[in-house]
Amino acid sequence: MSMTQKYVGTAQRRVDGHAKVTGGARYAAEFAAADLLHGAVVSGAIARGTITKIDTAAAEAVPGVVKVYTHENRPRTAWLDSSYRDDVAPPGHPFRALHSAKIMFSGQPVALVVADDFETATYAASLVEVSYDAEVPKTDLDAQKGQSYDPPKKRSGVEPPPKPRGHAEKAYAAAPVKVQQEYRVAVEHHNPMEPHATTVVWDGDGAITVHDKIQGVTNTQGYVTGVFGLSKDKVRCISPFMGGGFGSGLRPQYQLFLAVLASLDLERSVRVVLTRDQMFTFGHRPLTIQTLSLGAEPDGRLTSIIHDAVQETSHFEDYQENTVNWSGLLYKCDNTKFSYELAKLDTYTPADMRAPGAVLGLYALEAAMDELASATGVDPVELRLRNYIADTDQNTDKKLTSKALRECYTQGAERFGWSKRDARPRSMTDGRELVGWGMATGVWEAMMQKTSARATLTGDGRLEVATASADIGTGTYTILTQLGADALGLRMEDVTARLGDSSLPYSPIEGGSWTAASAGTAVQMACETVREKVFKLARQLDGSPLANQDLDHVTFRDGRIVVTNDPSRSVSLIDAIKSSNEGKVEAEETAAPSTIQARRFVSYTHSAVFVEVKVDEELGVVRVTRVVSAVAAGKILNLKTARSQILGGVVMGIGSALHEESMLDHNIGRFMNHNLGEYHVPVNADIGPIEVIFVDEPDDKASPIGVKGLGEIGIVGTGAAIANAVYHATGVRVRDLPITIDKLQGA
Amino acid sequence: MNRFDYVRATTVADALRAKASDSRSRFIAGGTNLLDLMKYDVERPTTVVDITHLPLTDIEDGPDGSLRIGALVSNSRLAYDARVQERFPLLSSAILAGASAQLRNAASTGGNLLQRTRCYYFYDTGTPCNKREPGTGCPAIEGVNRIHAILGTSDKCIATHPSDMCVALAALGATVRVEGPSGERSIAFADFHRLPGDTPQVESTLKPDEIIVSVDLPAADYGPHHTYLKLRDRQSYAFALVSVAAALKMDGGTVAEARIALGGVAHKPWRDESAEALLVGRAAGVDAFAAVADHILAPAVGRSENAFKIGLARKAIIRALSQAAAGTPQSQVDKRVQ
Repeated sequence: MSMTQKYVGTAQRRVDGHAKVTGGARYAAEFAAADLLHGAVVSGAIARGTITKIDTAAAEAVPGVVKVYTHENRPRTAWLDSSYRDDVAPPGHPFRALHSAKIMFSGQPVALVVADDFETATYAASLVEVSYDAEVPKTDLDAQKGQSYDPPKKRSGVEPPPKPRGHAEKAYAAAPVKVQQEYRVAVEHHNPMEPHATTVVWDGDGAITVHDKIQGVTNTQGYVTGVFGLSKDKVRCISPFMGGGFGSGLRPQYQLFLAVLASLDLERSVRVVLTRDQMFTFGHRPLTIQTLSLGAEPDGRLTSIIHDAVQETSHFEDYQENTVNWSGLLYKCDNTKFSYELAKLDTYTPADMRAPGAVLGLYALEAAMDELASATGVDPVELRLRNYIADTDQNTDKKLTSKALRECYTQGAERFGWSKRDARPRSMTDGRELVGWGMATGVWEAMMQKTSARATLTGDGRLEVATASADIGTGTYTILTQLGADALGLRMEDVTARLGDSSLPYSPIEGGSWTAASAGTAVQMACETVREKVFKLARQLDGSPLANQDLDHVTFRDGRIVVTNDPSRSVSLIDAIKSSNEGKVEAEETAAPSTIQARRFVSYTHSAVFVEVKVDEELGVVRVTRVVSAVAAGKILNLKTARSQILGGVVMGIGSALHEESMLDHNIGRFMNHNLGEYHVPVNADIGPIEVIFVDEPDDKASPIGVKGLGEIGIVGTGAAIANAVYHATGVRVRDLPITIDKLQGA
Repeated sequence: MNRFDYVRATTVADALRAKASDSRSRFIAGGTNLLDLMKYDVERPTTVVDITHLPLTDIEDGPDGSLRIGALVSNSRLAYDARVQERFPLLSSAILAGASAQLRNAASTGGNLLQRTRCYYFYDTGTPCNKREPGTGCPAIEGVNRIHAILGTSDKCIATHPSDMCVALAALGATVRVEGPSGERSIAFADFHRLPGDTPQVESTLKPDEIIVSVDLPAADYGPHHTYLKLRDRQSYAFALVSVAAALKMDGGTVAEARIALGGVAHKPWRDESAEALLVGRAAGVDAFAAVADHILAPAVGRSENAFKIGLARKAIIRALSQAAAGTPQSQVDKRVQ
C-alpha cells in the first residue's frame, strides 16, 4: 500500500493544547448542569473500628442542605461484590462507601452532605459529628510481614512470579561474588493536578450522564450500571480530558459512587469533588520490602538471581503487581527464584501507579546490579552487556518481538559521555560538590488491548476518528489525528479525534502504555476501510479518472485520490463522498492482539538511563544535574509528545528517588503529609537538563502499527540510576528511597 | 470552612474596634495562611476583618539608617526594596528563600510574623493537637515528627515556626511595633514569639486586642558578611528543615560582632545571644564556628524521626558562618550550596 506518512513519526504540537491552555477543555468537575447540587464528603478520623454514632442534625439544619447520606440512610445498591468489581479490580471485596459502620482505613468516607452550593455543602460537612469505637490499627508492614501469604487468587493481567529455573540457592551459595541486600521505596501517592471529581447530570427518566475523572469511560459506565442496576442506555459517560492520572484514575473511586447515589436518589444533578487531602485516602504505590540476591562469576556473569518481595495490601482486596518477574527477564541467568507475597494492613487498597511493579522491581534489581558492578570492578554498562540476552524471555521461553536495548546502552552512554567516568566512588568533584554518574536499565511490557474505533469522512472532506478511550495527557488526541491525516492524505487541521465518551466504539481503560498501540491500530484499520470505501466511490463516478485503477496504485494526497504514476488523474474526496447515499463514508474496526503470535512472542520496551548528581557531602544536599534517557519503544508516532512522556517519567523518577514519601503515623494509621505543600514532588528548581533519545527499533509484531507505548518506560530505572549516581558520588549506598537529606547525614 | 462576617477597616482604630466587637474575629491581610486554615476548619472565625486598606503599606527611612516596615508591605516589595537590598540584604535573601513568587506577592509583613506552624497534626482536625484544641494531646511527639522542633520544645508541643523572614528579623534584632486600645508599644523580636510550654496555642505576645503596625529594623552594617542558608526537602517551595541566618562584623579575620538565628528547629526563630558572644574576638574559622554550633545545640532534643536535624543544624551553622565570614552569601537563585 502506498500510504505516505507526512505526520506520523514527526514532532507535532498537541491538537488539544489550545483548548487546554485557554480553558476550553472541560474536566469532570467543570461540566455544567441545571440546578446542580454539590456534595461534600466527610472523611473518617480513625483507621480501624466502628462508627458508634453519627449525628447529622446540625448539618441538616443549615439552610441549603438538601440531604446528608450516611451508612444509616444510604439508598439500596447492589448486593453482590461482583457488581462493584470494576475492570481492573484486584481479587477481593471492593470498597463500598457508606456500606456499614465498619471503618477499614483512615479517611474512609463516612457521610456525603448534599447542598445547593459548594460552600454550604463543605460548611455543613464540618458540622457532622462522628463517634467511633476505635481499634488499634495495624499499618506497619515491618510488623505485619511475618503474616505474609501468596495471594490465593491472582489478579487478572498480572503474571504471578515465574517458576524457578535451575538451582538458584545452590548457585548463589557457590557464587564467587555475591550481593544480597534489602531495598525499599516509600509509599507514594499519584497526586495528579486534577483532584478526583464526578459531575452526574440528571437527564430525566432515570437516565444520567456521568462526567467522571477516569482513565476510561467504559470502566465508569460498567461500574455504575453494575452497582445501581441501570441498563447501559441509561448511563452515558463523557470524560474527554483528564488533569493527570498516573494510574489513580484507573478504578472508579468513591466520589463517583456517592455522586451517582445522590443523583439517583434526589433525581437531581450532583457534583462531588474530592479535596487534595482526600486524594490521600485511596490508592497508592504500595510499600514493598524487596530482597535481591545476585550470584556472579568474578567477570560479572550472573549465575543466580533470587528476588523476594513482600508487599502491602488492604484487608479487603489482594492488590497485586508484577514486581519480581523482571529479574527473570532482563538478564541471562540459568538459576533464578522468585517470591511475591502480600501482607494486610489497615489502609486502602494500593493502586497501579505509573509502571506499577516495574518502578519497584527494577529499582531493586538495578541497584543490586550496581552493587555487583562495584563488587566485581566491572563497569556498570559493560556488566549489563555481559549479561545481555538478545531475543528471548527466559521466564516464558518466548521470543521477543524486538529488543534494541543494546543500542540504548551504547547511544545513551555516548551522549552522556560515560566513557569519561572514573569508576572509583568519590573520585569526581566539581568545586565543593562530589559528582556521581550512575545508570540503570528500564523495561516495561508492550501491550495491546482489544479496542474499536470509527472513522468518518464527511461531505466537507473532513475526517473524524473516534474511540471511547481516553487521553490522560499523553497525546492520544494528537497521534490519532496524525494517523487519520496520513491514512487519508489530509491536513491534521482537517481531522478531528474524539475520545472519552461511552457512546463511541468500545475501548478499555487507558493504562499500561497500551493505548497508542491499541487505539492507534484501531483508528488505522478504520481509516484503511474508509480508504477502500471512498476509493470505490471515486472509481465508480461517471467518467472517473480512477477507472480501472486499484488501491495500490493511487495516493491519497491533499484531499484527493491521485493516480500515483499519473498525478494529472485524480478525484477529490469531497466528490467521491457526495456520490455516497449517506453523504459520508464511515467504517468501524476492532483491533486486537494476535493470539497466535502471543503463543510465540512477547514484547517489551526498554531504556537505559544515565544520571549525573552533584552532592554537597557535608550537608547531604543532592542535585540531579543531568539525565540522558535512551528508549527503545518501537515506532515513535510523534517525537514531541513522545519526548514529553519520557520527560514526565524521568521527573517522576527523580521524585521517587529524592522527594516523594507518604508518611504514615502507625499509632493512628493515617498518612500525615496529605497535601502538596508537605508531600514533595520535584519543582522546576530540582530539574536539570533531560535528554531523550529514541533508538531505532523496527517491530512488525508488537502491534500492527509498530508501536510499543511510552507512558511508563520513562520512570522505570530512573530511581536506581539516581541512587547509583549518589553512591558513585559519595560511596554511600542508600537502599530506601527517597534519598532525603537525613539519609546522607551518616558521614 | 465556616460562615463568617466580612468587615473592611480603613483605619487602625477601625480595625481594632471591629476586631474587639467579636471575640472570634481574625484580621486578614494577604490571607496566604488564614484562608488555608479556614478551609481546613482549623481557624473558624465568625468575623474576618479585612485590614488591607489600612495605611500601613510604606517602608520609611528612620534616623541613622534604620527602617520602618509597614505591617502591610508585601513580602515581595520588601525583598526587592532597594534600601532593603542594599542595607539589609540578609532580610531580602531570607524572604526570597521562602514560598513562591505568587505567595510572596500576597503575603504581608505582619502576617508573616503571625503565620502558624505547618505541623501535619495541627492542620488535620481528624487528629488531636494541643495547639489546635488544648488538652487533646500531641501525636507528633510519638508520630511523624521528621519536620519538628529540636529546641525549646515541651511535652505539649514540638511544632516549629515556619517563617524564613522571621529568622532574618530575629538575627537583625528587629522590633515589632503594635497598637492596641491603650496605644502603641514595642516588642523586641526575641520576645514576640513564644515557646510552647503548657500553652502552645499562644504563639506570640501580641494580645488579642492588638494589631501589628510595623516592624522596625535598627541600622545594620554587615557589608557582605551575611547569609541565609536554608536546607529543605527540595530546592524550592518547601519549608526549612533547618535554616540559618548569620551576620558578622569582621575586623580582619576576627569576628567583632555576630548574629545567628535558626529556623525550622523551634517554636520560634531561635537566637542564642550567649552563643553569639562566644564568637566575638575569635578568629573566624571552622573551629570557632563549631564551638558556637555546639553551644547553640547543646539543649537540642531529637525525637524518633528528627534527630538528624541536630547534626544537620550543626553543619548548617558552620557553613553559614563560613559563608558570612567569607562575604559570600548564599544565592537564592543558584541552588548550589556555596
